[in-house]
Amino acid sequence: MQTIVAYVEHKPGVLNRIGSLARRLAINIDSLTVGPTETAGIARMTIVVNTNREVAHRLEASLENLVDVLLAEIITDRPAVERDLALIKVAADQQSRPHLMELIKVFRARVVDVSPESLIIEVSGEVDKIDGLLEVLRPFGVQEMARTGRIAMTRGSQLLQPPSRPTELQTPEAVESGDGTHEKA
Amino acid sequence: MKLTGAEILCESLVRVGVRHIFGYPGGAILPAYDALGKAPIHHILVRHEQGATHMADGYARASGGVGAAIVTSGPGATNMVTGIATAMLDSSPIVCITGQVSSKVLGSDAFQEVDITGITMPITKHNVIVSRAEDVARAIREAFVIAASGRPGPVLVDITKDAQQGVCEFDWEASAPNLPPKRRRPGTDDETFARALELINSAKRPVVLAGHGILISGAMRVFREFVRTGDFPVALTLLGLGVFPASDPRNLGMMGMHGEAWVNHAIQDSDLLIAVGMRFDDRVTGDLRTYASRARKIHIEIDQAEINKNVKVDVALVGDARMVLERLLPHVERPDRCEWHDYIDKLRGDVAVRDIQNLPDTGHLWAAHVINDLWKETNGEALVVTDVGQHQMWEAQYYHHNQPRSLITSGGLGTMGFALPAAIGAKVARPDSEVWVIVGDGGFQMTMCELATIVQEKLNIKIAVINNGFLGMVRQWQEFFYDKRYVATPLVAPDFCALANAFGIRSERITTRPEVIPAIRAAREMPETVLLDFRVEQEDSVYPMVAGGASLHEMIRRPTPLIETSRDS
Repeated sequence: MQTIVAYVEHKPGVLNRIGSLARRLAINIDSLTVGPTETAGIARMTIVVNTNREVAHRLEASLENLVDVLLAEIITDRPAVERDLALIKVAADQQSRPHLMELIKVFRARVVDVSPESLIIEVSGEVDKIDGLLEVLRPFGVQEMARTGRIAMTRGSQLLQPPSRPTELQTPEAVESGDGTHEKA
Repeated sequence: MKLTGAEILCESLVRVGVRHIFGYPGGAILPAYDALGKAPIHHILVRHEQGATHMADGYARASGGVGAAIVTSGPGATNMVTGIATAMLDSSPIVCITGQVSSKVLGSDAFQEVDITGITMPITKHNVIVSRAEDVARAIREAFVIAASGRPGPVLVDITKDAQQGVCEFDWEASAPNLPPKRRRPGTDDETFARALELINSAKRPVVLAGHGILISGAMRVFREFVRTGDFPVALTLLGLGVFPASDPRNLGMMGMHGEAWVNHAIQDSDLLIAVGMRFDDRVTGDLRTYASRARKIHIEIDQAEINKNVKVDVALVGDARMVLERLLPHVERPDRCEWHDYIDKLRGDVAVRDIQNLPDTGHLWAAHVINDLWKETNGEALVVTDVGQHQMWEAQYYHHNQPRSLITSGGLGTMGFALPAAIGAKVARPDSEVWVIVGDGGFQMTMCELATIVQEKLNIKIAVINNGFLGMVRQWQEFFYDKRYVATPLVAPDFCALANAFGIRSERITTRPEVIPAIRAAREMPETVLLDFRVEQEDSVYPMVAGGASLHEMIRRPTPLIETSRDS
């Protein structure tokens, strides 16, 4: 698994472009999360792909070739905090409920909804932890599950941030030439 | 100043430098056309929208600027797809403007509505839909910047009819490009350059691979200096032809599937490949597992996504070819390379005696002869636009290009039908250049409707149809790999001379070798378009050939003596 963090323009069609790129490169996206960042107009994605390092590099570079992608970086090998959140609806009757509560406590999960026949359990953490909880819940009867997919942030003071939008014109006028029979050398 | 979106579109096109635009009107783009009629832009009416994109492409490649095309929504837009993909694969900067149904009915399957930004997403460098007059100017300005910058490519701007009709304040200053700020990757560090130079200066058998990127970055001069200083043999990609003079003894010629044997052997026997502005396409590498297996590899390339895509390299110098070469050049040492050059010369000498142009006139008209004669007659100075197939490869082998932008061809996508419209674009961009189209009888029939465009625009283009009655390259594959089962490759064509005449174009049919040069001379003297129908040998093949999936050194060589077809035996 390779984890890529990308900063993108927060506007329609960007998700489609990224999905289209992954499809074109025949890369299977394991999970993709997207949400707003501290900067208005910019969204942050965590993309987890089931592929090797080389293909991930190509995806990273190709992502940065997209006009709407400000930054893309593989963080697989960097110290990072990774979190996934799951809501799991599990069957629970009078007999099984105490046992379930024990497990929930061990996994530091919590119960967010109770009904006579089931519970909704909220759990967040690393993917392995959630997978672990899921395994022990299965025998009770997992009825539904919703997961957010991974979000990730590298540890420490080194920031992964896109450049801020300059206030003045960033493009040299020389480039902006539609005709021009200029030969550069 | 209040203007309509359509007027803003035309004003913006003028201000970014557009003087010519290739297009085809229709309902959803009518407001733009109405404004175009009053703008100082020459509109060239095409006969099919695919032609408009190829013309814009040819215009861009001939001029070094950006080509522009404009069409209506729906089928007008979808007809552009092939031309857009062609430009994408060959990194050609074009801006395509499509009309779109009114924003109020978007998504309702309105008449001639199609999701062209969705369709073209994977084949454009960028595309955008504009649904407000206020956004038109910025979208156009950004489109031209994106198309031309970095690794160039096609950009599509889809403008709804209500955006064209809406009225708003036109403020050029306020609509300056405002593209997302990109993270600047740190430039290649000194250490990496030092490693590259160490490989370059210690190589005994280096080969430089020269591609289209040299042309795009305008690196021709520094590249020549680089090659002469290091005394490197140079192999070129198809799109690289012309970036380094064919007359230079270090120029080996085109490499790859139909590269000459000495070129491919030199690559396979090299100890260092210095690839500049090329992307190791499968047509130049053959089987990757055996490709230059004893060579270290340095890749000079602007697009990070190309590094290690096909060929794993030892050193990647990511950046503009000109800037990278300028940084390398002062440190390149002048070595003694006699041994390596002698080795390659021996390979070359062996093949040259069997070269087709040295063979006597056997009464047949060989396409290679025709192209070689054309090269001689035009002093190698014509701007040649080729289509796709056998004639394209013969042109690459037998027309020797000394100047950049003297060959325009569809390389990456291999788009049949490209040549005639691309030549129209090239001629519009460079009216003083002698433009020759070399095209097969198959590809010509795909876009020959554009002959009417030539006539309407009173253009002077020379058209050499290499007519062998087959889809020649496919036939060749069938001959080599499918036991000569010629399924769907024999091709009936109209009488091209009569056809040309019907368009009001002069023409001549050539069937024997002695007629070739007089016909070329007569055509060149005409101040108008002439079509020459060369009836060449039907079952000729392009040699050498690296079969698909074979190693680069495993070539099917020219037969000795030259193969006679079954028809003659």
